[in-house]
Amino acid sequence: MHLWLILAVNSVTLGGLLFLLSAGFSLIFGLMRIPNLTHGSMFMLGAYFGVSLIAAGTGFWLAALLAGLGVALFGAIIERFVLRRLIGAELAQVLVTLGLSFMVADACLMLWGGDPISVETPVALRGATAMLGMAFPTYRLAIILIAVVIAVALWGLLDRTRLGAMIRAAVDDPAMARVVGIRVSHLFTIVFSLGAGLAGFAGVIGAPILSVYPGLDQDMLPLALVVVILGGTGRLMGSLVGSFVVGFLYNFGQALFPELAYVVLFLPMLVVLVVRPQGLFGRVTL
Amino acid sequence: MKRLALAVALLALATVPFWVGNSYYVNIATQILIFAVLALGLNVLVGYAGLVTLGHAALFGVSAYAAATLINAGHGSVVVAIGASVATLVVTAIFAILALRGTGLGFVMITVALGQIVWGIAYRWISLTNGDNGISITARPAPFGLSLTSAPAFYWATLVVFLVAVGAMAMFVASPFGAALRGTRDQARRMSALGYNVWLTRFLAFLFSGFWSGVAGLLYLYYNQFVSPQTVALSASAEALLMVIAGGTATLLGPIAGAALVIIMKDVASAYIERWNFVLGAIFVVIVVFMPEGLVPGSVRLWRWAIASLRSRATAPALGRESEP
Repeated sequence: MHLWLILAVNSVTLGGLLFLLSAGFSLIFGLMRIPNLTHGSMFMLGAYFGVSLIAAGTGFWLAALLAGLGVALFGAIIERFVLRRLIGAELAQVLVTLGLSFMVADACLMLWGGDPISVETPVALRGATAMLGMAFPTYRLAIILIAVVIAVALWGLLDRTRLGAMIRAAVDDPAMARVVGIRVSHLFTIVFSLGAGLAGFAGVIGAPILSVYPGLDQDMLPLALVVVILGGTGRLMGSLVGSFVVGFLYNFGQALFPELAYVVLFLPMLVVLVVRPQGLFGRVTL
Repeated sequence: MKRLALAVALLALATVPFWVGNSYYVNIATQILIFAVLALGLNVLVGYAGLVTLGHAALFGVSAYAAATLINAGHGSVVVAIGASVATLVVTAIFAILALRGTGLGFVMITVALGQIVWGIAYRWISLTNGDNGISITARPAPFGLSLTSAPAFYWATLVVFLVAVGAMAMFVASPFGAALRGTRDQARRMSALGYNVWLTRFLAFLFSGFWSGVAGLLYLYYNQFVSPQTVALSASAEALLMVIAGGTATLLGPIAGAALVIIMKDVASAYIERWNFVLGAIFVVIVVFMPEGLVPGSVRLWRWAIASLRSRATAPALGRESEP
């Protein structure tokens, strides 16, 4: 019984991290119509930035924020100077993001070495919190809380601000959005940068649990892909639901069928594909 | 003229072990031919069907894994070849049925996900695939009593398969089926209106493509005598795609030139720097951004442009740079 509960908490925690990762992925897909294959690299890059910042003495939370900002800047540069050149050629954009992901992965390997680096949990959040007569690891609860706060903030941004309205308009109909005077290309930079920043931030927040190692990007990218295929693109709710589904599938799959964890993870996605092929990329007509 | 060039090329290919000498370079030539077969197979989908896949290394790998398992179970070459082909075709059919539910980028994403499943199985299903340690075979089998142990012998065996693959591709391109496939790439709706079954055409092309990837996988296992999850990783699929795109899609020579380029770059790069993946990524970005049509057509274009500009300068120097008529 206790084991199941721990698994469930871990699943919700992973779901929270995945939401931070895939919310940006989904928005970028919804707006720019490309699966951003550098998204796993952004997560890993953020985690490594965090490692260096913590080593430089900034403290955990400041490191997470600065790493997020750093990765957001990196994302903005990529969008503005590389992807922008290929506007309208979605396939070329995807291939470029793939090429960039290899470059980032190798650069990280050169700069930070091949050994896994563990990140200490912030002192205030070590240990366990008693709730409902049981002990939960405090840090994992904190991650869930952070994910919820960011989910609400993102919802507020998209649903309650002028910028959000412009993004929603551009997701629904980019041509019409341009006609009414929205600078859609600016939105591309903003959303790409925001998504990258969130992924980078998630990399640092997740580091005490996942640790930081070469190949982290390749581990996270497929998870984001599955979330988006399950949850649909361009809508926060889809990412939220998809993230928690994947969080549960991944943790329970690992525990129950360690040899087939990947199959357990991808099987529901295949079922979605077979049963509802249109539901997959729902509103995007490619 | 064309026949002469073909004869010279064939002669050059057949005599590689004599004029290259060193068996290290013969092995490089063998690798180029193996990956050229993979790239030719991939080109059917990427070039002629217009379906970009990032899961092709999985098909290559399934064949290699199936062959390794069968060889270690003590089966002969014929059983190994048939078993590896059947395994590849079955997995290819599953890939095709699922991936063809999406088009464009949806297709790309599904192939990435399917490729990752195969990678996950190779990496985690230890009782089947021996996990991260991979599977080795003790010796190259000797099909029909031919010993393939020496580098030149294996090179010639690979060359024969390669030539069959090139011949099959040339026939495929010229065939009505090849024309129909190009039709589904350019005008899917019109082909459908003309009565062609677009889905079936693409499905068969996928099988054809997967079959040759499987052949390359089998050669690779014989050559390398070892297969590991690295063979089916996303970077391996990307490498294969780079060969096709770098050489020029939907051309017969392009994927061969691309395979040669990538293998030679990899060899040269790994002599100087440890990090091949960085170079791979950089080439990818540069080619996609600056030479999207590929090196072979790109070079042809640059060459024509150079000739044309030389001529116009020779005939009309006073006018200087003149736009083309």
